[in-house]
Amino acid sequence: MSRPPVATARALTRHYAVGGGLFGKPQVVRALNRASFSIEPGKTLAVVGESGCGKSTLARLVTMIEEPTEGTLEIDGVKALPETWRQLRSKVQIVFQDPQSSLNPRQRIGAILAEPLVINQPRMSAPEREAKVRETMALVGLRPEHYDRYPHMFSGGQRQRIAVARALMLAPRVLVLDEPVSALDLSIQSQILNLLMELQERLKLAYLFISHDLSVVRHIADDVMVMYLGKTVEAGSRDAIFAAPRHPYTRALLSATPVADPTHQKERIKLVGELPSPLNVPPGCPFAPRCWKASDRCRRTEPQLSGDRHQAACFHPEDAPV
Amino acid sequence: MSLLEIRNLTVEFATASGSFRAVDSVDIDVKTGEILAIVGESGSGKSVSMLAMMGLLPWTATITADRMSFDGTDLRGISARARRQIVGKDIAMIFQEPMSSLNPCFTVGFQIREALKAHLDLDKAARQKRAVELMELVGIPDPERRLSAFPHQLSGGMNQRVMIAMALACKPRLVIADEPTTALDVTMQAQILDLLTGLQAETGMALILITHDMGVVAETAERVSVQYSGQKVEDQPVRDLFAAPRHPYTAALLAALPERATERRLPTIPGVVPGQFDRPAGCLFSPRCTRADETCRTVPPPVQEPGTARCHYPLAAPAAAEAEA
Repeated sequence: MSRPPVATARALTRHYAVGGGLFGKPQVVRALNRASFSIEPGKTLAVVGESGCGKSTLARLVTMIEEPTEGTLEIDGVKALPETWRQLRSKVQIVFQDPQSSLNPRQRIGAILAEPLVINQPRMSAPEREAKVRETMALVGLRPEHYDRYPHMFSGGQRQRIAVARALMLAPRVLVLDEPVSALDLSIQSQILNLLMELQERLKLAYLFISHDLSVVRHIADDVMVMYLGKTVEAGSRDAIFAAPRHPYTRALLSATPVADPTHQKERIKLVGELPSPLNVPPGCPFAPRCWKASDRCRRTEPQLSGDRHQAACFHPEDAPV
Repeated sequence: MSLLEIRNLTVEFATASGSFRAVDSVDIDVKTGEILAIVGESGSGKSVSMLAMMGLLPWTATITADRMSFDGTDLRGISARARRQIVGKDIAMIFQEPMSSLNPCFTVGFQIREALKAHLDLDKAARQKRAVELMELVGIPDPERRLSAFPHQLSGGMNQRVMIAMALACKPRLVIADEPTTALDVTMQAQILDLLTGLQAETGMALILITHDMGVVAETAERVSVQYSGQKVEDQPVRDLFAAPRHPYTAALLAALPERATERRLPTIPGVVPGQFDRPAGCLFSPRCTRADETCRTVPPPVQEPGTARCHYPLAAPAAAEAEA
């Protein structure tokens, strides 16, 4: 059942130049290094990692807000270049973490949802637009009377529904979900997750699901990509990664995630130290300074992703003898 | 005897549109050496009840309680001066966002020494020595140098360690940690929680952990108090709570956890938390409860033993609770 992927990234890289005053030389932040993936329609790729690992940079590249420094992105078979962005952008939409700050407080819901159509399909008549808006509102579980209300009149969960509806207005193929439920309360979180899963099934959407909450990822993802300091350290199917993580960082991340079961016996891997600054990423493996398995080789040379379907960038992966 | 004993605490805020009850007849008991977790969604009054106890609420708040005592001292009619003797010394608080709770204009060393200066009778050299000790205690490498760093020069995890060092400065007997790890990454969260529970075991202080993360509760707390819309709905030891929740709200909350899901579709709690104007007459959870009947909608439920669930029909045996989940 392998359909052609709707989004493919090959070695996506994004560097930023920072600092550099009158005489200083600007430094380079390697925010994202050679990230590759492909997402099929109706599938979810989850990107997990801590702050500063390049998750949000990846989201900005996939939504074509920024141009990659290197590497290529292909959406629906078309290569994403600044010339083709205009035509591709409506196919990739994004839902942000905090609906409170991503919705204009002075616009009514109807106007917020109509805006993508006004900009992208200017020839559409006003009644047609309204019909489309109302249809999408029903799709995400908003009631018709919400059309004339302002964002502040809604609860957090309802606002996230509005944000999802706005992302769906242009009938995208890919939805980038940047921590869509982490600002929501627990009892609301499950409502939004259910909504996202229903929409995916109905519209065959491909999701790029960015999250740091592994219990949510475990529930919703088909494939998982673990990132550390701008690099992919492990990638594979959800079951493979949760059942048998190969990279030490993935294992540490899994063991650090609290389990909601007081009888659960935890063997926590204690990571020492902190995330190095992305300005001076250590030479070899980026995780080496905090890794309990690191050898001299790890500190000198950088391991590349290896493996067939379940890849890990490590010289001492879990299944191999140390 | 309880270290902290609060009975029937109610906090009302005067707002432009009438009074709003943020905390509604809550009882809290903490013994020395105990870790109590207060769990609830945003707006459930978990932070407000603690701030009320410490006298940190603005003048718009009206606080009433039948009893509010810390180690035998009545906190209700206490003067501001006497309260300051206790708060910051015997009761310390760790806030959610270290970045916004530390003063960006002063070094972290100054801020730790300030707490020592206010409460302890130490000279300048002794304060410096104690500050270095504290930084070592919370696991900050190279403490002498780090003391002269400003908050923006340290990472979020480091700043949270500084906050903990500050809270522990005067050897408090009760530490209130208000969402101490919510702003941190998972691996940092694990480190900070280990640090807090380790220090708690070492010093024998009592710890109140305010959180909304059920995973954190399960791994750190001994006893859990669940709050909903300003009321305490359940109070149980942690194992019992997860094995057999008595209040339908707790049961529904646990069932909604993705990691407890058995099917792809997650069980949800319909509706939202009641606001200022749509507070139900009876049980506050009744509009969202699947088991609610006429009694629930009209009569406020009593607090029932065992498990002290505030419900007319608490979920009874563990077997029934399992089936419900």
